[in-house]
Amino acid sequence: MEPLQIPPVNLILLAPLLTVVGWASALLLVDVFLIPEGKKKLTGYLAIAGLLVAGLVGLPLWNVSGSTFSGMLVLDRYSLSLTWIFVIVGALSIAMALDYLPRHGIEQGEFYPLIMFAVAGMILLAQGTDLIVLFLGIEALSITLYILTGFAYPRLTSEEAAMKYLVLGAFAAGFFVYGIALVYGATGTTSLAGIAEFLGRQTLVAEDQTLLLAGAGMVLIAFSFKTALVPFHMWTPDVYEGSPTPVAAFMSVGTKGAALAALLRVLAFAFEGVQAYWLPVLAALAAITMVVGNLGALGQTNVKRMLAYSSIGHAGYILLGIMVASERGAEAFLFYLLAYALTNLGAFGVVIALEQQGESVWSIEDFAGLYQRRPMLAVAMALFMFSLAGVPPTAGFMAKFFIFTAAYEGGLGWLALVGVITSAIAAYFYLRVVVKMFMQEPAREVQPELNRGLNADIIIAGVATLLIGLVPTPFIFLAQQSLVALGG
Amino acid sequence: MDVLLFFVTAAVALVGAIAMLVSRNAVHSALFLLLNFGAMAVLYLLLQSPFLFTIQLTVYAGAIMVLFLFVVMLLGAEQVEDTPDRIAWQRPLGILLGVGLLGVAAAASLRGAAGQPAPGGEAAASFGNPAELGALLFTRYLLPFEITGVILLVAVVGVVVLNQRGRQQAPAKPPAGD
Repeated sequence: MEPLQIPPVNLILLAPLLTVVGWASALLLVDVFLIPEGKKKLTGYLAIAGLLVAGLVGLPLWNVSGSTFSGMLVLDRYSLSLTWIFVIVGALSIAMALDYLPRHGIEQGEFYPLIMFAVAGMILLAQGTDLIVLFLGIEALSITLYILTGFAYPRLTSEEAAMKYLVLGAFAAGFFVYGIALVYGATGTTSLAGIAEFLGRQTLVAEDQTLLLAGAGMVLIAFSFKTALVPFHMWTPDVYEGSPTPVAAFMSVGTKGAALAALLRVLAFAFEGVQAYWLPVLAALAAITMVVGNLGALGQTNVKRMLAYSSIGHAGYILLGIMVASERGAEAFLFYLLAYALTNLGAFGVVIALEQQGESVWSIEDFAGLYQRRPMLAVAMALFMFSLAGVPPTAGFMAKFFIFTAAYEGGLGWLALVGVITSAIAAYFYLRVVVKMFMQEPAREVQPELNRGLNADIIIAGVATLLIGLVPTPFIFLAQQSLVALGG
Repeated sequence: MDVLLFFVTAAVALVGAIAMLVSRNAVHSALFLLLNFGAMAVLYLLLQSPFLFTIQLTVYAGAIMVLFLFVVMLLGAEQVEDTPDRIAWQRPLGILLGVGLLGVAAAASLRGAAGQPAPGGEAAASFGNPAELGALLFTRYLLPFEITGVILLVAVVGVVVLNQRGRQQAPAKPPAGD
C-alpha cells in the first residue's frame, strides 16, 4: 500500500482557532494542578487573556485569505470579523461569571475553559466551508452548552434546562446529519463550493432535485433549532431561565450569531442556485419569528424569560439580513450582530447584578425604583432597553435601520414592514422596564450586587452601545471591508 | 457455502429478534438483541463490508449493548411490570412504523432481485474497506477527525464536571439536614 499523502495544511489560516483550543486545553491542566481551590477566579482571568490573545493573533491576518484542509476551512475577513465578535462575547460572558459562580456556590474552574471551547466551536462555524465541518462546529458548541446549562446542578431548573436542551439539540443534530447525507446523495459532495459548482453546472434530474431540497430543508430545520426560530423555539425560554445567567447571556448572542453566520454562508454560497425555493420558506420563518417572539415577550413578568423571547424576535430581524444574501444584507447582518451582542450582554449583566443569592425569580418588580437606589445601573439598563427596542441614538436603532433598508432594497419590503410593526410592539415591554425603574417606588428591598467583572461588562457594553449608535461610520466601514471576497 | 452461511446466520438473527420481543425479562431481551447484532455482523461480512462488520461488533454489540445491560441492571428493571402501559398509543404506532419499515426493506430487496441496481450502488469498489476509510480520515477528512477529538475532550470534561459537584455535595448534605 502507498504511504499516506497528508495534504498540505496551512496552520496560519486557523491561528485564532488554534490559539483558543490550545489555550483552553492548557488552561484545563493549569486549573487542576496549579490553581488552588478558592482562587478559581484566576482561571477566569487567564481565560479572558486567552480570548484576547486569540483576537490579537487575528489582527495580522486581516489581509490574508485562503482555504486549507482540503478546502474545509477558509479564512476571510468575514470569518475574522466574526471571530472578533465571538471573542468579545466570550470574554464578556466570563467577566460576568467571575463573581456570579462563587456567589451561587457553583464555582468550578472548568467553567472558563468550557466557554473557550464553545468560542472555538463558534469560530469553526464562521470559518467552515464544508457541511461536515459545520456540523462538527455546531456539535462542539452545543455539547459545551449542554454542560454549561446544567452547571448549576443540582438546582432543579438548571437540570431541567440541560435535559431539555440536550434532547432537543440531539434531535436537531439528527436532522442536520440526515440533511447532509441527502445533499451528498444529490450532489456527491459536502463542500459548499462543490455544491455551488454542481448546482451551477447542470440542471438536476427530478429525483436528485427532490433529494437536494429535502436535504437542504433538513439542514435548515437544524439551523432553525439552534437559532430558535419559530416554530422551533419552544425550548428557549425554559433553557434560558434554568441555565446560569452568564450562560444564558452567552447563548443568547453566541449560539445564535455563530449558527446564523454559518447559515449565511450555506445559503448565499452553496444553495444560491436554489434560492427560489428557500427564500419563501425563510421569509415565512422570519415573519412568524418576529411576530411570535415579540408577542411572547409582552406577557412576561420574568425578565430572563422576557429577554429570551426578545432574543427570539431579534433572531427574526437578523434573518432578514441573511435572506437578502447580497453584500448589503451581509453587512447589515454583521452590524446587527455586533450591536445586538453588546446590548444583550449588557442587559444580562444588569439582570445578574439584581439577581439575589439563592433566588430564581428575576421578577420585573425588582427593577422598580432602581433609579433611586443605583442611578447609574438604572441609566445603563435604560440604555440597553432603548437599544433593544431600537430607539435612537443607540446601536440598536442603527442596526435595525440597516437591516430594514437592506431588506427593502432586496425586494423584501413586506418583511421590513413586519419588522417595523413588531419593533413598535416590542417597544412596549422594553420601555415597561424603563418606566418601572424611573417612575415607580421599589416593591421590595433588593440589594444590587456589583463587582469588578460585572462593572467592566456593563460599562464596556454601555459605552459600545452608545458609541455604535452615535458614530456608526467606522463600524459600517469595518463591516463593508469584511465582505471583500466572501466565501473565498 | 455462502448460501448456507447466509441461511444459518439469518435464522440466528431472526430467532434473536423474536426472542428479544417475547422475552419477559429485560436482561434476557438485551442478551437476545446481542445475539441478533452478532448475526447481523456476520451478514455484513457476507456482503463484503468488513468495515460495517467491525463497527457493528464494536459499537453496537460492544458499547451500546453493554451500556443497555448496565442501565437495566443498575435500575433493577429486569422484572417486567404488570402495570398497564402509560403511553397507550405507543404500541399501535410502533407496529405501524415497523410494518412500514418492513415494506421499504422488502421493496428495496425486490428491486435488487429484479436486477435493477440499488440506488447509490455505483459507489466505489473500495467502499467499506477499513484501510481506505482510514486513509481518507487522515488525508481528506483530517480536520473533521481532529475536531472530533476536541469534542470528545469536551464531553469527558463535562462528565467530570457534572459528577464532581454531585460527589462534593453528597457528603455535605447529612450535617445540613441534622
